[in-house]
Amino acid sequence: MKKILTGNESAAWGARLSKAKVVAAYPITPQTSIIETIASFIANGEMDARYIRVESEHSAMAACIAAENTGVRTFTATSAHGLALMHEVLMWASGARLPIVMSVVNRAMAPPWSVWTDQLDTMAERDVGWMQVYSENNQEVLDSIIMSYRIGERHHILLPSMVIEDAFILSHTAEAVDIPEQKKVDDFIGEFEPAFKLDPDEPAGFGSLIMPEGPYMEFRYKMALAMEDAKREIEKAVEEYNETFGRNYAPFVDEYRTEDADAIMLVLGTIGSTAKDVVDAMRKEGKKVGVARVRYFRPFPTEEIRRIAKSTNMLGVVDRSYSFGPGADLYAETKSVLYSHTDVPVKDYVIGLGGRDVTPEVLRKLFDDMLKIANEGVVDKEIEWVGLHGDERWS
Amino acid sequence: MIEIRFHGRGGQGSVIASKILAKAFFMEGKYVSAFPYFGVERRGAPVTAFTRVDNQPVRAKYQIYEPDYVIVLDPSLLKAVNVLKGIKKDGTVLINTIHSPDEIRKTVKFDRVATVDATSIAISHRLGSQAAPIVNTAILGAFAKVSGLVKIETVMDAIREAAPAKQEENAQAAKDAYENVKIGGE
Repeated sequence: MKKILTGNESAAWGARLSKAKVVAAYPITPQTSIIETIASFIANGEMDARYIRVESEHSAMAACIAAENTGVRTFTATSAHGLALMHEVLMWASGARLPIVMSVVNRAMAPPWSVWTDQLDTMAERDVGWMQVYSENNQEVLDSIIMSYRIGERHHILLPSMVIEDAFILSHTAEAVDIPEQKKVDDFIGEFEPAFKLDPDEPAGFGSLIMPEGPYMEFRYKMALAMEDAKREIEKAVEEYNETFGRNYAPFVDEYRTEDADAIMLVLGTIGSTAKDVVDAMRKEGKKVGVARVRYFRPFPTEEIRRIAKSTNMLGVVDRSYSFGPGADLYAETKSVLYSHTDVPVKDYVIGLGGRDVTPEVLRKLFDDMLKIANEGVVDKEIEWVGLHGDERWS
Repeated sequence: MIEIRFHGRGGQGSVIASKILAKAFFMEGKYVSAFPYFGVERRGAPVTAFTRVDNQPVRAKYQIYEPDYVIVLDPSLLKAVNVLKGIKKDGTVLINTIHSPDEIRKTVKFDRVATVDATSIAISHRLGSQAAPIVNTAILGAFAKVSGLVKIETVMDAIREAAPAKQEENAQAAKDAYENVKIGGE
């Protein structure tokens, strides 16, 4: 059944179809309509869940952790400062191996205040042990939530997931979304069977003190292995989901006309969607460009990115965030995994921060710049901020 | 691809109108996308919303700068914002006003202008209050006539499904606007 839904309504449907039993959340723009929609599902008797109103995002995550520890499926949603406030407990959720699923609507960090899209909020949480999947449309938002429960709840994985969507560009944009049949979703995810849980009949302690000679390091090592093992579970889940629900997702990187491309754009989120139209237009002019939209940032698709980079003459990384290190995150990690594997030129384009609109016209200029680099083999500038006020080059 | 821009004031339902119109096109088998100008809306302040319609999936994830159609829900906006900004040369402007297209073209310098008194129509169907009538459904009926892109019956069905209250009154208001819109500049 297809309905016209916003990204946030799609996220709420994802939680509903996944039969999350506890939802604890605190409102923040642009996420709020996710939890409002869930609240009305519960109030109307369409979703059998306990909704816990809390006084902060920190408490929202803490409540999800406690509930998940009793052996029930949980869901929450947040953005920007709300996510930052959760930071401490995000690591508790992953360290305690609780496969919580959370929608994050990417929003810029203040100051200056901005409610618009920017991926710094989730990039700043890349090291907390959560999986991260980014979406290009509302269908992918809904589907990714369902798949995330299935992947995270495997007993050899047991890791939480952030299902991420661009503020407003998806969260408040209505599109046709296919809502899968409940029965098929039930069969796909299965009942939540916790590997361990709080049980008065079998008392146990969780998260106790571990001395330096104790197995702390082994706990972290097991998490690292689980994050790697998640790749196989993601592949399996995506393949089965595609077959069951008639979708066509790539597990890690959505490649569009990258075969034989002279230059490939590597990007996260909705810019990748607009870029596909630009690729089509430029291909008609004989310009061989392609786009590789990274879906999973955690686990990081190392092998796919190496393969893509080796297949082309130039890789342009587009980052809708900036980290104050050696370039923005997708760029820095891409460079890191390519080192000693290929000498293909790589350039970072920082663009669209604070929700600044990314149009086909500016993307075309990026592709032209990338083709020039592909042709000359020289990167003029490793990190380029695109479209700054007063810079006429990109306008 | 057809691109439509709505101008209204916070509380008039421009964003909902953009979604209902998308729904109507969707019901006729088109691919659609509807979104607000990504603002923080306040009651009475100018609001912009957009609808994209295509025969293939809409991958465009950016704002509309060169609309084919502009729909103005509140005549007072003509003095407040440049509703013609970026409109395609062969585009059409549809305005809720008591004036005829010829009268309105003295201030709105554009070839193709259509007008409809959606405010009176909304009041006659008791949509909203006398002071703050809800005109968003009526104007969609006028759009169906002006554009010829979507059937009035489909628009009425989309309204019946999407309107939170007074579904039939809203649908009839669209029909009245469909029958009473004045098209100038042909």
